[in-house]
Amino acid sequence: MLGYIIRRILAVIPVMTIVAVFVFLLLRLTPGDPAAIIAGDMATPAQLDRIRDSLGLNDPLYVQFITWVGNLLQGDLGTSIISNTSVTGMISERIWPTVNIALLTIIISVLLAVPMGVVAAWRHKSWIDYGVMSFSVLGFSIPVFVIGYIFIQIFSNELRWLPVQGYIPPSESIGGFLARAILPCLTLATIYVALIARMTRASMLEVLGEDYIRTARAKGVKEDIVLFRHALRNAAVPIMTIIGTGFALLIGGVVVTESVFNIPGIGRLTVDAILARDYPVIQGMILLTSGIYVLINLLIDLSYTFIDPRIRY
Amino acid sequence: MAFKNRSFDDASTVLDIRDLTVRLLDRPEAAPILDRISLSIRSGETACLVGESGSGKSVTSLAVMGLLPKEALAATGGTIDMEGQNLLKLGAQKMRELRASRISMIFQEPMTALNPVMRVGDQIEEVLDTHAKFSAQEKKRRVIDIMNQVHLPDVERIYRSYPHQLSGGQRQRIMIAMAIILEPQLLIADEPTTALDVTTQKQILSLIAELQEKHGTAVLFITHDMGVVAEIADTVHVMHHGEIVEQAPVGELLRTPRKDYTKRLLKAVPSLVPQPARPDEKRGEALVVEGLEKIYGGQGFLVKRESTLAATNVSFSIPRGRTLGIVGESGSGKSTVARCILRLIDPTEGEVRVANTEIARLSRRALRPHRRHIQIVFQDPFRSLNPRWTIGESLIEGPLNTGEDRTKAMKRAQELLSLVGLPEDAVSRYPHQFSGGQRQRIAIARAIAMEPDVLVADEAVSALDVSVQAQVLKLLADLQKKLGIALLFITHDLRVAAQICDEVIVMQHGRVVEHDTAANVLSNPQHAYTRALIEAAPGRNWDFANFCELPAA
Repeated sequence: MLGYIIRRILAVIPVMTIVAVFVFLLLRLTPGDPAAIIAGDMATPAQLDRIRDSLGLNDPLYVQFITWVGNLLQGDLGTSIISNTSVTGMISERIWPTVNIALLTIIISVLLAVPMGVVAAWRHKSWIDYGVMSFSVLGFSIPVFVIGYIFIQIFSNELRWLPVQGYIPPSESIGGFLARAILPCLTLATIYVALIARMTRASMLEVLGEDYIRTARAKGVKEDIVLFRHALRNAAVPIMTIIGTGFALLIGGVVVTESVFNIPGIGRLTVDAILARDYPVIQGMILLTSGIYVLINLLIDLSYTFIDPRIRY
Repeated sequence: MAFKNRSFDDASTVLDIRDLTVRLLDRPEAAPILDRISLSIRSGETACLVGESGSGKSVTSLAVMGLLPKEALAATGGTIDMEGQNLLKLGAQKMRELRASRISMIFQEPMTALNPVMRVGDQIEEVLDTHAKFSAQEKKRRVIDIMNQVHLPDVERIYRSYPHQLSGGQRQRIMIAMAIILEPQLLIADEPTTALDVTTQKQILSLIAELQEKHGTAVLFITHDMGVVAEIADTVHVMHHGEIVEQAPVGELLRTPRKDYTKRLLKAVPSLVPQPARPDEKRGEALVVEGLEKIYGGQGFLVKRESTLAATNVSFSIPRGRTLGIVGESGSGKSTVARCILRLIDPTEGEVRVANTEIARLSRRALRPHRRHIQIVFQDPFRSLNPRWTIGESLIEGPLNTGEDRTKAMKRAQELLSLVGLPEDAVSRYPHQFSGGQRQRIAIARAIAMEPDVLVADEAVSALDVSVQAQVLKLLADLQKKLGIALLFITHDLRVAAQICDEVIVMQHGRVVEHDTAANVLSNPQHAYTRALIEAAPGRNWDFANFCELPAA
């Protein structure tokens, strides 16, 4: 088991190396002078020189790479061209809102979707099942920003229960955080509830047909225990996979929701960086998102071995 | 042989089923699944319910347990009486309390009947949690006690094991422990030994008998195996198309069956006495295997994995028109050998010559043209045909791959279907429109479409009912005579081997322990393991087809 964990962690190294090489080459292999790309159309020759110098573009490529990786390993992602501050600093400032929102979203989604999927499978082809499936289709098809604005209209403008937008870190005030985070999280959760409920239902339907479910019933076990103790854990592997991928997507791609609710997260940081051609920030974001994907995949794989004792590598 | 001959006149009736009728919910006008069946079991009695697949045996047991699939089946008439209560009238809650405490059930597949992600100790304990309140210590004590009673070894370790860490026999013992821990009055056993090896089957049967003796349990034993019936039954109920056609004490039923259906069923039971030897026509070897070996595992990433010797030093040859059987229990390596010969897996060592070409070392590409010379029929006809393809598509895929013309192949497919006894228009139909026996005929037609020199049948009749089994065996023999194919027949069933094989190889732990003519292996076994296998075959002293004792060998 420990051996497997270590091997799995070691396997992260080559993946991240490839990502690093790609990110490094992104700038260097783009046609034209990287300094000119970075500086933009309006740059003076003096500015270009300064940029070229700060990027070490006058050194051979491999020296540049080694210097860059060396800095990277020390947590130095370079300096933003626009704000002239450290990219690491910018990201670490903006990542927490995103992570907090993502966590809360996933928790809400799982708490809603898993019971929905379980009950839909249990009462297969009943009105509950059809209800859950219809909700799923809706959840998939309505764009996030529409749901966001509908929520704001209902809960903030009409009922005046919640603030329209903004963000307060939970370290400052849990209540303030929840009041502002609940709408964006519900908005984001819609699609994940749809997705996870569907997956839970499909996986449970399969498991409920298994012989050991019949065995549990033959033992006189109550239905709720049959469903949640016997069936759900056996159905959990695909559900975990969806939850993990969902979480990774939430970290990388919640630009629209962050914009609608005015949350200072990394989604908007990325978009701003792309629009401003702030290459060091873009590079930092690519590294960060791929790192998170790799990490979450690692955690999902490890979770399998805890869910199902038959899975041993 | 000695049948059970006990009297139950003084014993109390545990279960009394009267005129039970079960129908399909969505087609109430169709013929009922169970048609007014009646049977009763007294305490200490073993009642066997026998019949072929689809006869309604399992539905009967599920109806008693109150576990009929709610959305599909419903009991529409009759009563199931247990100690003065009609179970059909009992509410869901009351019925649940009854399960495992007064009626228990063990199922066929020990591989799938236990929850794979729960420790087996916890699964037994759950029965106690559901029906009684004990302290944690008392629970553990009772579970360990019942595990000892079902003769599990190393109980403390097994208590903490997951199902996949146990053998099939051990899992079935866990199932039994779970079923009897609360000492129910009635134990329903639905084909509990069908998926087990004969030697394990023997142990499980004697375990059930022992526990029944000890606790006076009534047992409703469902089986399709007449051998098992002969060994364990007090009374036998024969089911056919949802009706009980004959019920009698076991000795009476096997000696003097009254109904035609019962006679047909008994006549279809293959005999353990080998068929008279066929003359060897010396037509040259179709398949030669020399020093075959297969080792699994051995290499791993960063860690050295333990290797498993699946087969070693296997050598034999089959002349054209002859049949060689490989007999052995699960894990003996018989299927590994079959797969190596077909190059579905690559042998580690040894030679395989098919039609005088050595194929064990050929590359995948170089092997392709030789594949047609050796074909296989698999065990499960329900899963070995692509459900989305018409029969015709399945039959011509092989010939098309070897460059045959489509119209010609399709025409040939129709000929093949009539050769295996199916209508020619079957080409345009789909697998689900055929019964298991018909599908196995299709699988055979698919294999011979390639005009192979060697046909491998891997447990090809094991999933079929005995009457269908007899027909498929006859088909194979006929085709062999007509086409001169060499047949490699892999089976765990000595009765089947006795009916079709010229020679028999017995394998154990990946090694050949005995290799001789079928007559010699079965009537004069040399190796202790072969003797144990024959010893364990249920009902081996009874000639079912002739309703009499077999003459002592």
